[in-house]
Amino acid sequence: MSVFAFYLFAIGAIAGGFFTVVSRQPVHSVLWLILAFISSAGLFVLLGAEFVAMLLVIVYVGAVMVLFLFVVMMLDVDFAELKAEMAKYMPLAILIGLVILMQFVMAYGAWQSNAAAETLRTQVIPTDRHNTEALGLILYDQYFLLFQLAGLILLVAMIGAIVLTLRHRTDIKRQSPVAQMMRDPAKAMELRDVKPGQGL
Amino acid sequence: MEEMLREYLPILVFLAVAIALGVILIVAAVVIAVRNPDPEKVSAYECGFNAFDDARMKFDVRFYLVSILFIIFDLEIAFLFPWAVAFKDVSMVGFWSMMVFLAVLTIGFAYEWKKGALEWE
Repeated sequence: MSVFAFYLFAIGAIAGGFFTVVSRQPVHSVLWLILAFISSAGLFVLLGAEFVAMLLVIVYVGAVMVLFLFVVMMLDVDFAELKAEMAKYMPLAILIGLVILMQFVMAYGAWQSNAAAETLRTQVIPTDRHNTEALGLILYDQYFLLFQLAGLILLVAMIGAIVLTLRHRTDIKRQSPVAQMMRDPAKAMELRDVKPGQGL
Repeated sequence: MEEMLREYLPILVFLAVAIALGVILIVAAVVIAVRNPDPEKVSAYECGFNAFDDARMKFDVRFYLVSILFIIFDLEIAFLFPWAVAFKDVSMVGFWSMMVFLAVLTIGFAYEWKKGALEWE
């Protein structure tokens, strides 16, 4: 059963990645990428890494893909023209692809797994605890500094996003509830004595 | 391990049912529905007049700001999750480190509130 699930998710991930590259519509690319992420989340569940799988679904599918969709829709470019330009760089792209493929093949050829690696790998997996719980036990005190640094990075990202993109428009009226409520009715209106034929 | 995967079996079944239902609905629409397309029928319809321009146009960058802020708080929740799961056994250091983490992000929250980034004008 789990072998069947593995092949299902593996095929899903590879197909998602493939169609992300080849599909003509950028929005379709993003949707295929979502399939790839969900399939890899399934693979992580099969590995026993539940928390990573849920993170992949929540953060990547839920948030990053929304951002990608925004970017794709925000870009005001002619994708057909872009595709035509792509043919110009095709030889270079194929060359780079071939080099990476050869590197993969060479790395796989030189691959030697240590006999002790399997036991070392199972050693760190606690048997009596959930994955997420085990993470929670070490992340917050043993890796205190890294955790706080992650918080600071999030703070910097927040401030950076606001500084870079926040523009207040000055040409529109905004509501200020306190000022509106504290307004004195007696001063809200003004009586002027308009002389005939002159106006204000 | 096997036990954990068995707990996920209903989700797999649910996924299979969802995919099957989606495929069935699409195939049924292709097989059963009467289709008689002509160029006028399949062209884009925009309240009776011809489409003004491409559907792809420049968005306001503020949508982007909202989604970035969403991602940041999403990640904060992701950090909170293992802490909440292990809360019973988490040490005092772990508890206070989360409080410091939340305080740092609250500073950011106060900053964006005062800056008016949460306000839609």
